[in-house]
Amino acid sequence: MNAAPVESVTGIGRSSLSGVEYLGALAVQFWRSLRGIAAINPFALHPLRWKHAIDEMVSTGVSAVPVVALTGFCAGLILAFQGGSELRKLGALELVIQLVAIGITREAGPLITAITVAGRSGSAFSAEIGAMVLTDEINVLKTMALDPVEVLVSPKFLAMLVVLPCLTVVADMAGILAGGWFAFTTIGTGLQLYIHAALDSLYLRDIMSGLIKSAVFGTLITQIGCLEGFRVKRSAQDVGRATTTAVVKSYFLVILADLLFTAFFYVVWR
Amino acid sequence: MQNGSVVMVRDLLVKYGDRVILDGVNFDIRRGEVLVLLGASGSGKSTLLRHLIGLEKPESGSIIVNDVDIVRCSDAELNRVRQSIGVSFQNAALFSSMTVSQNVAFPLLERTRLADSTIDEVVQLKLAQVGLLHFGSFTPSQLSGGMLKRAAVARATALDPEILFFDEPSADLDPITAAGIDDLVLYLKNALQMTVLVVTHELHSAFQIADRLAFLKDRKLVAIGSRDAIAHSADPWVRQFLDRVPDRKSNDQTELLHQLAERLGVKCPKK
Repeated sequence: MNAAPVESVTGIGRSSLSGVEYLGALAVQFWRSLRGIAAINPFALHPLRWKHAIDEMVSTGVSAVPVVALTGFCAGLILAFQGGSELRKLGALELVIQLVAIGITREAGPLITAITVAGRSGSAFSAEIGAMVLTDEINVLKTMALDPVEVLVSPKFLAMLVVLPCLTVVADMAGILAGGWFAFTTIGTGLQLYIHAALDSLYLRDIMSGLIKSAVFGTLITQIGCLEGFRVKRSAQDVGRATTTAVVKSYFLVILADLLFTAFFYVVWR
Repeated sequence: MQNGSVVMVRDLLVKYGDRVILDGVNFDIRRGEVLVLLGASGSGKSTLLRHLIGLEKPESGSIIVNDVDIVRCSDAELNRVRQSIGVSFQNAALFSSMTVSQNVAFPLLERTRLADSTIDEVVQLKLAQVGLLHFGSFTPSQLSGGMLKRAAVARATALDPEILFFDEPSADLDPITAAGIDDLVLYLKNALQMTVLVVTHELHSAFQIADRLAFLKDRKLVAIGSRDAIAHSADPWVRQFLDRVPDRKSNDQTELLHQLAERLGVKCPKK
């Protein structure tokens, strides 16, 4: 019997086991951070974690508004150009308005926001926590009888759940505005008429599905970013690796989750 | 509390993979004493400390802190034990995103229901105890090594723990600053009746502060006893350590040179 196939099979087994283990660790951390969120009370005597969450909202949310708006605007223009070049052939260029409105709110807005935030904040989470592992700051929390997940992850998680849907709305508006610009320059639609047409084409469920997705993306980005940080062992190299892995894994899982959601909405809401 | 021991370590066996780090370690820490754990670099001192505070689990053996076996207890019980201990890590490990005052206030804010004004007072008091009263608004990156260690002690003692674990308090410090840290340890013991375990390889400082000393060598605890008993110990290795005698030079270097000479075909003087 040849040894190579046996080895490849054990390899597959090992990597799928570690995949399952990783998902398990994610689930455990998710559950613990949810419990931690429940304990965050803005009216407590010392609302330390609430303040921490607000700080996180500022750094992951407020300061991301310009970049998210800009990428949303660009995505809207891209959609308009790509759609326009086909629709022009059919003589239905005005359908670009609907295309942009629906495409952005359902799909491009949430996805582009999540990708931007994963790159900005997911990597920052893993670098911050990874550095804290190296300097024993995580161990200090443990010896203070505190759960590092509750202290560090929960405020970030809460912030992300609040901020990512908000940023998605920003991206949606910027994208639709870009579509308006396109419509104005090509078919001469006035802004008022454009907004009217765009809103007419949208259903609440388009926006809601986008927002639900963005909350799920926020969960994935936070949990993966923090988990990678906690997995740092002993060297500065580990921190670099953790941030890279956090971003790559977030991208992949965000897109995978997006696919599952889109398929789900396709089947359920028609 | 049996024989007034706050910490009891029994038959501790620690392995990383196949490598044995600690083997058959037994000792007690008595209430109100300063026990200094000495040993060569890499003898497993810091590993032992990490086990005593429950950061790692040993292969076998038991560690009983305040009547709770922290090797086998639940997380909730471990956390209850941890409320009675304070730890100052080797590299101080202050939260770098907070000022010194915020660092000291952190355990008070997280663990107590004291009013803000009370917490401020406690923080001032703790900072004054370690001589950092006017450095509260500094960030850790603005402090020197000795100040960082003292700030870490202020944070570790913020909740008035019964036991303080102190990893390498005077490593990398100049003699004057190191002496200041020694004074601080004695103050914690005498004025606050704290039980202190100090892990170090600084002989001078060890004899300044210790009630008892313990020696760790080659995975085992080779000697433990009062300051006088250790100072007059007959154990050859303890004597070597105390008298600062280097290990006999290994023959590795000569051996290598001979091998090289042989390979090159050069004649060399006999071994």
